[in-house]
Amino acid sequence: MSKFQFPESIKSRPVYGTLEPRPGKAHLFVADAEGAEAILDLAAASPDLMAGAHIIYIPKGTDFTEKLRDLNPAQFYEGPTYAASVQRLRHVLENAHQGLQVYLTGTEGLMGQAQNEAMQAGIPHTAIQTEHRGSVARRMQCVHCKGITEDVITDPFVCAHCGLNLFVRDHYSRRLAAYQGVCIDAEDPGNVPEPVELYK
Amino acid sequence: MTIQFNDETFRDDYSFYNSDWAIKRFPFPFHEDSYMYAVNMEQHRGGPEGSVYEKRFDVDEHYVSEMRDRAMVLADDPLRCQSLPHMTLAGWDLLELIMVSKSEDYPDLFELHRDGNQWRWVNKPLGIDDTFTFLDETTLPYGPMEYITRQTQGDFCVLDQRDDMLWMDAGMVTTQADWSLDFDIGMNFFEWHAPVPLAHEKGIFKRALKFLLNIQQGAPARRLNWTMTVNPLLDTSPENYHIWGIQKTTLTPENIGSKQHLRVELQTFFRLPRSNALVFPIRCYLCSFQDLMTMPKWGRRLHRVVRDLPVELATYKGFIDNRPMMLDYLSQFDDGLPTSPGVWPDQETEPPLQK
Repeated sequence: MSKFQFPESIKSRPVYGTLEPRPGKAHLFVADAEGAEAILDLAAASPDLMAGAHIIYIPKGTDFTEKLRDLNPAQFYEGPTYAASVQRLRHVLENAHQGLQVYLTGTEGLMGQAQNEAMQAGIPHTAIQTEHRGSVARRMQCVHCKGITEDVITDPFVCAHCGLNLFVRDHYSRRLAAYQGVCIDAEDPGNVPEPVELYK
Repeated sequence: MTIQFNDETFRDDYSFYNSDWAIKRFPFPFHEDSYMYAVNMEQHRGGPEGSVYEKRFDVDEHYVSEMRDRAMVLADDPLRCQSLPHMTLAGWDLLELIMVSKSEDYPDLFELHRDGNQWRWVNKPLGIDDTFTFLDETTLPYGPMEYITRQTQGDFCVLDQRDDMLWMDAGMVTTQADWSLDFDIGMNFFEWHAPVPLAHEKGIFKRALKFLLNIQQGAPARRLNWTMTVNPLLDTSPENYHIWGIQKTTLTPENIGSKQHLRVELQTFFRLPRSNALVFPIRCYLCSFQDLMTMPKWGRRLHRVVRDLPVELATYKGFIDNRPMMLDYLSQFDDGLPTSPGVWPDQETEPPLQK
């Protein structure tokens, strides 16, 4: 139920896969909300993985925490927000050894930001597994004021910082972990189409 | 020749202008009466005397004013110049390439004196006389790429090459056709070109990448690209689009000849020796429609190209709304006569306008 088939898009748009067990000495999972279901699926297929697993999970109002705990991962942390979890994530990455597998799942914003942390720790983005689950909301950067608006679900939307009306581009920056929002009414101020839910 | 540098602006009152010399050498990008994307690469080994292709880094009458405009852009937004940490060596490579090229190609304007790693660089138009230690960043006021590109017309993308791919890992970008270095830095060749329509499907980028990966030291290449800009605004950045976008609506049938500019990019590609990076200068030339129309061949051809351009391209290049007004204006300069092949104005042989 939590899976969504993204339409074909331009080449900077991330493509997500399905988490697969990979051999490794340690397994780091970062997930939010329905991303828990991807971990549960993986654990059902490969229960042995959990003995070396560290799960960092942000529920975002969902109810999967007990099920994840029941998997008996070696380490488990429930964070109230992604921002609250970042220090722990960095700590894990900084102290990681060769043979660490990284699995990211849940919303695009969560996966993008965690991937960026892993890249900064020296892991190539191509070596990181991702699986989208749950909300299709996007993390958007306003190209004008550079402010980030989280969980954008309509196009166009209003920048949470500078208040400009922005349209949602598919152009995506891994380094910023965000899509690009560009002023929609620059050439005709005030002429802003009704917001439409993404992918509708 | 000695260049007379214009004192002009690319913003606010837009006092930018092209002399007759600059119009005549303008890199008109259409070699025939229609346009579609192509890789269109050729060797960058000089060109006709006085043309923009003659020197490795063309210096023209706009040099001093363009550098002043760049400094203003950077003061407003330092993120227009960025270099990821592994790109510093490529920055030194670029500094060397430009200093050597300019001092050899324009000895009356630029001097480079080298004694081992002790270098003295004299830039007469900008009044710079600096001595520094090559490969020692602490001896320059900026990083090497920023230092030299504050003194060189055109945007600069410095591309790292690894895994059979090019990566946009450093750049100085203040005269861009609506793309953001700050957003695109770190992307690979296909990713930063992702928003371009049609060209991916035509395989353009795959072929271009193959070509670029194989560019060798001492064998630079070049191509032209183009778009349209209302007012001679160099800094058509996405960052400031909410400010300049409205200018596109200020065209009228009366002012279109002076306000509407054809914007041409001379893109060149050089392999850098130490870093094996590829530097990709994107030099912007602007020319108003009315100045272009002084060349009868260009008048005829520009009308035909703009008229027949696919909608996707006119939309991507940002002039779909203004196209009807452009065609009203340009059609006055098209008498239906055939045009000679090639980009040159052929003033001596092309007939004057027959209407």
